[in-house]
Amino acid sequence: MSLTKEQLLDYYRKMRNIREFEETIHRENTTGEIPGFLHLYCGEEANAVGVCAHLSDDDYIASNHRGHGHCVAKGSDPRLMVMELYGRAEGLCGGKGGSMHIADLDRGSLGANGIVGAGAPLATGAALTQKVKGRDNVSVCFFGDGASNEGYVFEAMNLAVILKLPVIFYCENNGVGEGTGVDYAVGADSIADRAAAFGMPAKKIDGTDFFSVYDAMEEVVAHCRAGNGPYFVEAETVRFYGHFEGDPQKYRLKEEIDNAKLHRDCLKKFRSRVIEEGLATTEEFDSIDSDLVAAYKGYVAEAKQAAWPRPEALTEDVYITY
Amino acid sequence: MAEKSIRTAIGEAMRAEMRRDNNVILIGEDVAGGQGCEGELDAYGGVLGISKGLIQEFGADRIIDTPISEMGYMGMAVGAAASGLRPIAELMFSDFYGCCWDMLYNQAAKFRYMFGGKAVTPLTVRTMIGAGASASAQHSQSPYHVFTSLPGMKCVVPSNAYDAKGLLIQAIQDDDPVIFCEHKALYDLPLAASEVPDESYTVPFGEANFVREGEDVTIVALGLMVHLAAGAADELAKQGIGCDVIDPRTTSPLDEEAILESVQNTGRLIVVDESSARCGFAHDIAALVASQAFDCLKAPIKLVTPPHTPVPFSSPLEQAWIPSGERVAAAVLEVTMGLDAKTAMDTVMAAKSAAA
Ligand SMILES: Cc1ncc(C[n+]2csc(CCOP(=O)(O)OP(=O)(O)O)c2C)c(N)n1
Repeated sequence: MSLTKEQLLDYYRKMRNIREFEETIHRENTTGEIPGFLHLYCGEEANAVGVCAHLSDDDYIASNHRGHGHCVAKGSDPRLMVMELYGRAEGLCGGKGGSMHIADLDRGSLGANGIVGAGAPLATGAALTQKVKGRDNVSVCFFGDGASNEGYVFEAMNLAVILKLPVIFYCENNGVGEGTGVDYAVGADSIADRAAAFGMPAKKIDGTDFFSVYDAMEEVVAHCRAGNGPYFVEAETVRFYGHFEGDPQKYRLKEEIDNAKLHRDCLKKFRSRVIEEGLATTEEFDSIDSDLVAAYKGYVAEAKQAAWPRPEALTEDVYITY
Repeated sequence: MAEKSIRTAIGEAMRAEMRRDNNVILIGEDVAGGQGCEGELDAYGGVLGISKGLIQEFGADRIIDTPISEMGYMGMAVGAAASGLRPIAELMFSDFYGCCWDMLYNQAAKFRYMFGGKAVTPLTVRTMIGAGASASAQHSQSPYHVFTSLPGMKCVVPSNAYDAKGLLIQAIQDDDPVIFCEHKALYDLPLAASEVPDESYTVPFGEANFVREGEDVTIVALGLMVHLAAGAADELAKQGIGCDVIDPRTTSPLDEEAILESVQNTGRLIVVDESSARCGFAHDIAALVASQAFDCLKAPIKLVTPPHTPVPFSSPLEQAWIPSGERVAAAVLEVTMGLDAKTAMDTVMAAKSAAA
């Protein structure tokens, strides 16, 4: 393995950070204090972290409704994200966006998005900026199997191909969009094959294995940085929780979820491989876990006490000048 | 007769029409749910369970779950409508109209006119509107003012269960395209529940409902806003101020006569509207009255709308964004007693805390 111990623990910490974020929100949501719709990323962490490991603040991402993990992986401060979910003034977007609109322009994050598939043309636009400005930065669009059927996603892919833009279409295929299965919603045999027909390289990877994501993305990002145009990646992954918090999930079997948690948990897989190869110890992982558990307790306690936005904030920031 | 929620009323309307006419189909995302999954079919029945059970009765040929492809399936519904079916297309949140707009705006609404009166496009679009669920800027809007501005398109905004059932049946039977806007806060609101016959019936388009009657002020309101206005009117009645609360029920066609007649009696107009601070439904009604009943007006027209901002997420900001019963009552005091805005609001708040 080419990764150092420090890198390994760092990537684990990031994935575990996302997991703890989502588990915390899942728990706290039952108290009714977190308003709005919540779509959790548990089970998919290896994707956000394995992709963003290859990006800098000058590279862009565009995320979707299931965006907490992408934002954490891209470097947004989880403390401020928790504040945002509670609608507080100190939140990353001043409490005005909430879970589905967490954005962090300084970190190259064009934001989560409430409109399925909207990230694809937006990330393509960020790639256009890189090309016009002659930089070697790239942009990544995270979207789901469901979003892969939106017309503007197809349009963005074709634009990226004909303009040779450094954008990576990273499709997180967790098998289901809301309550509709991918086998029903996608007519082609595979989402990656369909994308390849647009004229760009496309590959399918195991999105429950950090190393599969990390290794694939090394090559994919290098391809785009070198000016070879877009790339499509279909990562097969799993969603541990419902489409949204409160989803009774009747469209899937309990065994499916239990099985995924048992055998396809990217965190468990990461830990056991790294421990097996003797690169880190159980204690080292456990201590990362307990640090994060404590950190999130603090974030939540702080957010619950934090100030609401000032009433004037209601009409601020609609325009820059008016 | 049983008291039913809007949720139940809408489900009943669809079922009755699908039984009556085999040409009626339902198209949308997760209108059944569970297609292509290992678990139950009809897992959702629409994200709010409103179409639950329909696929068992009518089958997957008529209850059609679509991929997340709004432009595609809306266009498909329009094409099907123009060629002999009578589709109900569900657009989960009205905020997504941007993803399918051409099919409604440039296609469905214009066929009749462009084709010299030869086209018939009996499409019903059911869609959710409304703020108050902390759903933030892309899942909380009420763009019925945009739909209303479209010649060739009819637009319905029901406020109670009886109307919802009758208006939806009318929409499905109507030969023109109709957008039917369902406020998410109304589905299970006890105030919006009403006695709803089990049998089918229609409520005609373009006929307003008088929710309260009074001599001093006309209040025009739609959807959830009807209940705020009625609540305010009840409070004001105790103080001897009488309000005519008019629910137009359909914004296109619009019952202009009912509004103008009422203003002729009261001489005062307030419009409560969740759509927009600019170019909204309120502005349309204000323009109607200002241009056709100016002589009757004893006070300036007051519009109670949200501010000119997207819908904010944070609860206190969102609550401030949504027009409130207090703002309606204050507007009434402004136009009836000549109070300035601040004094009017202070008076309302003082009365409220005295009552509490
Ligand atoms: C344009 C648009 N259509 C529909 C929705 C409602 N919706 C939100 S998420 C979602 C499913 C998305 O599935 P997928 O892209 O596979 O992502 P996943 O939820 O599986 O991560 C749907 C239908 C939306 N927000 N925007």
